[in-house]
Amino acid sequence: MEWLAALTAGGLAGIGMWLLLDRNLIRVVLGVAILGNAINLGVLASGRFAGSEAAFVTATTVPADPANALPQALVLTAIVIGFGLFAFALAVLKSVRESHGVTTTDRVTEITEEPAPDIEEVGLQIHQDDADHHHDAEEVRQ
Amino acid sequence: MKALAVAPVFIPLITLLIGIMLRPYHQQVKVVSLVGAALLTLVGIRLVALANADVVLAVQLGGWEAPYGITVIIDRLSAAMVAITGIIGLAAALYGLVREGNPDVLRNFHIFLHGLLAGVCGAFITGDVFNLYVWFEVLLIGSFALIALGGGRRRLSGTMTYVVLNLLATLVFLLSAGLIYSSTGTLNMGELGLIFRAGEAPPAATLAVVMMLVSFAIKAALFPVFGWLPASYHVAWTPVSALFAGLLTKVGVYAMIRIVTLVWPEYGQAHEVLLWVACATMLVGVLGAAAQNEVRRILSFHIVSQVGYMILGLALASPLAIAGAVFYLIHHIVVKANLFFIGGIAARMTGSERLAAMGGLYAKAPWLAILFAIPALSLAGIPPLSGFWAKFVLVKASLADGFWWAAGVALLTGIFTLLSMSKIWNETFLKAHPQGEKAIRIDDEMRWGWWAISGLAAMTVLIGIGAGPVMEYAIAAAGQLADPVVYFQAITHPGGR
Repeated sequence: MEWLAALTAGGLAGIGMWLLLDRNLIRVVLGVAILGNAINLGVLASGRFAGSEAAFVTATTVPADPANALPQALVLTAIVIGFGLFAFALAVLKSVRESHGVTTTDRVTEITEEPAPDIEEVGLQIHQDDADHHHDAEEVRQ
Repeated sequence: MKALAVAPVFIPLITLLIGIMLRPYHQQVKVVSLVGAALLTLVGIRLVALANADVVLAVQLGGWEAPYGITVIIDRLSAAMVAITGIIGLAAALYGLVREGNPDVLRNFHIFLHGLLAGVCGAFITGDVFNLYVWFEVLLIGSFALIALGGGRRRLSGTMTYVVLNLLATLVFLLSAGLIYSSTGTLNMGELGLIFRAGEAPPAATLAVVMMLVSFAIKAALFPVFGWLPASYHVAWTPVSALFAGLLTKVGVYAMIRIVTLVWPEYGQAHEVLLWVACATMLVGVLGAAAQNEVRRILSFHIVSQVGYMILGLALASPLAIAGAVFYLIHHIVVKANLFFIGGIAARMTGSERLAAMGGLYAKAPWLAILFAIPALSLAGIPPLSGFWAKFVLVKASLADGFWWAAGVALLTGIFTLLSMSKIWNETFLKAHPQGEKAIRIDDEMRWGWWAISGLAAMTVLIGIGAGPVMEYAIAAAGQLADPVVYFQAITHPGGR
């Protein structure tokens, strides 16, 4: 069984990395999600697939052939955390794309390299740059 | 004692919860945030006092003995890091007391701040590899919320870069934790250290530790994986940048120091690689800064270059060098966060953070100039400020081990740092403001920020003048790192202490 998990994890990690290296932001975020699942599978496999029963010890019974519960606990934690972070990444992706029309990694880099705007430093104005994202929206349509 | 050991995590978490419950009441949230940060600072100082009396707090959580349960261990290094985290958190909360701008966003800053602090403190006190991963994720989600705060095109683009690359680093860490478990059967740092020190580590475990160090290197922004940091730190709101600059990369550095000293106490192949990486990080960071023309972008590259010094200390692996790295860590967090705060205040007064559009501050606000000069000169390593002693010890340690070229790189980086700082000084303070003196805004709005930067500058001076006791503390901390008795005791004498 371990070899199957290893192959699957390897294949998923490959797909994840391939997507991560893409210029399209949607593919990049999906790549992170797939890579995360590949690694979750790898962590689960790290405890080996020995044992056939849930490792529940009660007052009266002890399972004869318990499965390793630790990697299950680890991977459960990792899945929950990974899901939360993926949701956040999607939210950022959505707002970058919809409100500012940015869809590629190159464009993201370009925008962060722009000179700092003359803002009221304390301001934290939310719509400080409404004026210039129409230009980006044009780009998307093309 | 048990409560004190977990307080660094529970104080920010409780503050966070109270903050969320008080959401509609902005003033109250700010008060709660300040009180929470002050309490964390006090707990940190108490922990340092305990650690200084050679008490090491070790607690097994949940009633499970190590290596099955999760261990919390606070030694000298952890205690110092918790204290400094509290101080930076307090400074950021003070700076965040401004009233201009969107009030909801300002309120959210105070709430998310404590989420970040909980993650950072958790990472500093845990003695378990997987638990370290969990705290990394906690601080990561807090930092995601903080960096995107306020929105805007440039900021969200920077957030995108930051999110993807940090997620990648954390995933690599998760995989390495899984591999460590599969090859050694443990996740407890103490047991891991015992296995490695006894020479019983299988090759797969060595590989897994190397992989873990790679993920920490991304977190700490080491050469060649530092690119995400200067691409994202300058887009955030000033106190957020300052928090990140002070704390986040340093969590990566701390984790590296912790793991490397635990598993490879003697100089070896890994240290040789780290030595080259450290020198490259110092040089590339400082040269990158030379090409920048905005205050925070210059400072971001300097974070990279300064992290190189700490890794240099770690790579040399002699007791003096490790002590130098610990001293550097303590000094650097204060100085770097302060420079970002001051940069923010200067940008607000001049109306821009582009050097070309700034100027005239020396005439209009000489106090700000002096407050800038203290951390800037300290960063470059001018005596008698804290940075001088930090660099002095590291250079001395490299020469003692015969690595004269590493010492040369460290000194050269210091000169370039001074050049960069004088560039900011000339453009921001000495030069006349391009739009005339009238364009400089002086008002009372930033008074809390002034308290924060004055306090941090005073700390820099104090660490410089009182370098003796701080260095003694760092040397003792290095001693504990070289021989982490308590980490091992938790395994060999479960339930002890």
